[in-house]
Amino acid sequence: MSKFRKKKKGMPAVNTAALPDIVFMLLFFFMVTTTMRETDLRIENPKLPNASEVKKLEHKSLVCTIYVGKSKDPNRDGVGFNKIQLNDKIASAEQVPAFIINARSKVSEAEVPFMTTSIKADKESNVGTITDIRLKLRDVNALKISYSASKANN
Amino acid sequence: MARRENPEINAGSMADIAFLLLIFFLVTTTMNVDSGVSKKLSEKPPADYVPPIIKEKNIFVVLINRNNELLVEEQRMDVKDLKQAAIDFIDNGGGIGNASEDGAPGAACDYCEGERSESSSDHPNKAIISVQSDRGTEYGTYIKVQNELLRAYTDLRNRLSRKRYGMSFDELEEAYDADKTNEVLKKKVEDIRTAYPQIISDAEPTS
Repeated sequence: MSKFRKKKKGMPAVNTAALPDIVFMLLFFFMVTTTMRETDLRIENPKLPNASEVKKLEHKSLVCTIYVGKSKDPNRDGVGFNKIQLNDKIASAEQVPAFIINARSKVSEAEVPFMTTSIKADKESNVGTITDIRLKLRDVNALKISYSASKANN
Repeated sequence: MARRENPEINAGSMADIAFLLLIFFLVTTTMNVDSGVSKKLSEKPPADYVPPIIKEKNIFVVLINRNNELLVEEQRMDVKDLKQAAIDFIDNGGGIGNASEDGAPGAACDYCEGERSESSSDHPNKAIISVQSDRGTEYGTYIKVQNELLRAYTDLRNRLSRKRYGMSFDELEEAYDADKTNEVLKKKVEDIRTAYPQIISDAEPTS
């Protein structure tokens, strides 16, 4: 009897030594899954237009992004909101087909029809630039387009 | 002399430090989910392509000029009125629709609730919305217009879907996305889609 009584004396502290491990695991998980933007922006971060009828872009690996907006370095690239950025340099609409073909070579042939081109353009760019890109995309049969917009309810 | 045995390092605050880091990453990580107005371009027409002749009344012309003003069916309009105008046009149902793909002859639109006016569109599957913008039009305005037109279609689809299947089209699509193998749902989604097909064409911009 006396043996049992002895054990009841005082609560043993919960061992929290493993807690940091758990938290570190979470931390590493978030650090690994967080994808950093792979291309540097040569244009200023575009102010996206708002829309309510937006669809989420699925399959990140099948998306190639074209940025349109104002250059960060107007001395080199000139002013205006109609600069096109492909990969990580400012380009012209003529270079869009090459960009798309290059992106296509990185995915398997069966997935090519599912590739989407996301156009991230600033609100203040002109439709003319977008149309130029669109015509070039049509030339290389990249027909799925998503005009990037932020979700807003109106 | 000090004691020889090493005192244990207190690791109790280690968790706090790790939590601090974790919360920092959680807060600074912006999970930017890419979303956008999706659009399917038409294929490049062959060189000898002759565009079909379409009746004037089946085309809903939206012009956007370089000052971001709208001209809809030759009348000035604000963006906020565009949706209703588009709904009225698509849902008019004043005539006979296109023949369906399986060869059945076209029928009048029995689900339309429009005015059935002679001067507006015949059938939702014949109603074409043509957006013509200027090269100088602001992209923001262009997207706003596209969005309003898409909203018009969404409203109509939701209405029809509620009437036929007792739930909105958004819910129907969501249910279908969750269960892609469900043939019944697939049929329902296709049914609504063919009832109100989205026909928005972008005309070449004027310079």
